[in-house]
Amino acid sequence: MSKPRTLAEKVWEKHVVRRAEGEPDLLYVDLHLVHEVTSPQAFEGLRLAGRKVRRPDLTLATMDHNVPTTEFGLPVRDEVSARQMDALRKNCEEFGVQLHPWGTIGQGIVHMIGPEMGLTQPGLTIVCGDSHTSTHGAFGALAFGIGTSEVEHVLATQTIPQSHPKTMAVTVEGELPVDVSAKDLMLGILNRIGTKGGTGHVIEYRGEAVRQLSMEGRMTVCNMSIEGGARAGMIAPDETTYSYLEGRPHAPQGADWERALEEWQSLPTDEGASFDKEVVIQAEDLVPYVSWGTTPAQTVPLDGEVPEPQNEGHERALKYMGLKPGTPMRDIYVDTVFIGSCTNARIEDLRAAARVLEGHKVKEGIRAMVVPGSMRVKQQAEEEGLDEVFQQAGFEWRNAGCSMCLGMNPDKLSPGERCASTSNRNFEGRQGKGGRTHLVSPVVAAATAVMGRFASPSELGVLEGV
Amino acid sequence: MEPVKKVKGKALPLGYSDVDTDQIVPSDALKRIERTGFGQFLFSSWREDEDFVMNKPEHEGAVVLLAGENFGCGSSREHAVWAVQDYGFGAVIAPSFADIFKNNCTKNGVLTVELPEEVVQKLLEAIRENPDAEITVDLESRTVTGPGVEESFEVDDFVRYRLLNGLDDVGLTLRHEEDIEAYERRRPSYMPKVL
Ligand code: SF4
Repeated sequence: MSKPRTLAEKVWEKHVVRRAEGEPDLLYVDLHLVHEVTSPQAFEGLRLAGRKVRRPDLTLATMDHNVPTTEFGLPVRDEVSARQMDALRKNCEEFGVQLHPWGTIGQGIVHMIGPEMGLTQPGLTIVCGDSHTSTHGAFGALAFGIGTSEVEHVLATQTIPQSHPKTMAVTVEGELPVDVSAKDLMLGILNRIGTKGGTGHVIEYRGEAVRQLSMEGRMTVCNMSIEGGARAGMIAPDETTYSYLEGRPHAPQGADWERALEEWQSLPTDEGASFDKEVVIQAEDLVPYVSWGTTPAQTVPLDGEVPEPQNEGHERALKYMGLKPGTPMRDIYVDTVFIGSCTNARIEDLRAAARVLEGHKVKEGIRAMVVPGSMRVKQQAEEEGLDEVFQQAGFEWRNAGCSMCLGMNPDKLSPGERCASTSNRNFEGRQGKGGRTHLVSPVVAAATAVMGRFASPSELGVLEGV
Repeated sequence: MEPVKKVKGKALPLGYSDVDTDQIVPSDALKRIERTGFGQFLFSSWREDEDFVMNKPEHEGAVVLLAGENFGCGSSREHAVWAVQDYGFGAVIAPSFADIFKNNCTKNGVLTVELPEEVVQKLLEAIRENPDAEITVDLESRTVTGPGVEESFEVDDFVRYRLLNGLDDVGLTLRHEEDIEAYERRRPSYMPKVL
């Protein structure tokens, strides 16, 4: 019998186009996602070398980082943004790549639309010039972020040279407490492994608590793998995966579905396979978290307080965040609440936040906004009447985009502005120069908007279903 | 890509850990569609503070950047490497790097050198004391020499070969086009297509 293998190893092996001693493996890429920020120089490189896009049928582009979320499909006022969006439009036309431009129903954050269309499937290799490509690993795909030179390489060759990663298992045993969401699960993992615990590794998330997550929750977890330094994050496909996929526009159908399913069922890590690194976490030890610092690993329980600095980096973070050690997190007031990003702007996230907000009002003076991750999520939320719940509570209801996850479009924090955000990065200036970001789950964000300070849904009488 | 063999000169003692790519080049600067001109944005928000190390005249002209662990974490933006390079750095020395940043460096001919924490500390202190001291990163012999330091470093053989010869990846891969075609013929027909 052959040696037991991990999920990551199986997917890797299936994609080796060429292997030679002393060289990285050349891997085939099944799906290449493209957005406006990291692609213009890559297309330009192709043009200069007189090359074509090898497989336009495996390449999909959208606009997300620059798009304003108040208007929809109008001329963009920021000239530099407009130029970048326009460059993508022209490049896609010239090279025959399908584009979901701003102003169309297919538009959305690059990591939202692949799964939504059923293009993200188990066992695929997926790359994108974006570090949160790890999101797609939730389906059991090997998905990783690449730089612009590599984008050019994939456009030209549909392959990518990659050195072998190490494997890491993060096993979360037992059931998550009712008030702990997928976001908290991931913040809890990051808190334990640190910002470089996963460097050089592909993480496989395992264990009962992970198995019980919905596809949306699994995407939230895999999304933030890069925050732990990992090259990718993966979860083995199972019934949850298959039922999410079945019937989506690009999912295989009929006899193809059966063939694909058989293939997918062979992917999970074999019994007895070994990982280079293993971490075991008990789900019952996890709680809702809030970040206090400027890395996603700098978190404390919502019930906790701002910690004492342990080193010079912590001191810099506290100074930037304008926080004093010993302050209870629940005593920290916010100016802004942002529900959005490829971490937490799927339909389930919006439903959970809306459940908390039902019958409540956003505290006076607080700027609160919901930005669905894609236009399709927006549409579905509107069919379910979630937009009304948000708007009645005092949230702004926006169009899809990266929005306030990063300061590249009109949605930004001002210097000193404090924000409870469902996004993935609390780096200095990430949401706008001088802005102070606290990472939280969608339900904590919603409760915080009502209370004006960090709060849990239970303070509003909402106990379950986060 | 131009071949790279050696980087030699003054160093900038930054020293911070977990420097993310949003610090290296803020997202506002990513709207450019060119590969050039990113040096002006390097660490731009820190540079507003006149006490920031980069603003000290004694460090002007540095070609080696000395940083703390996990340098280049965060986004995949290659613009971060373009900024480091455009500003004039040919090499970054740190105890550890984030994977994508390190990989992006190899595509542009910027050397990333991992040295033990204590060695990096020693270099930081030496350069703070004597900003004119020079550091040499020699890719051919895989060594770093600097004030009181002589260390060898690890570098992937293939990466080293590519850098020393200034080879571009696309060109290398296209020599194996037959292998790609053969793989495409074996690919199952049920695999998803965008169009
Ligand atoms: S939502 Fe944020 S993290 Fe996700 S792709 Fe957009 S900018 Fe990147």
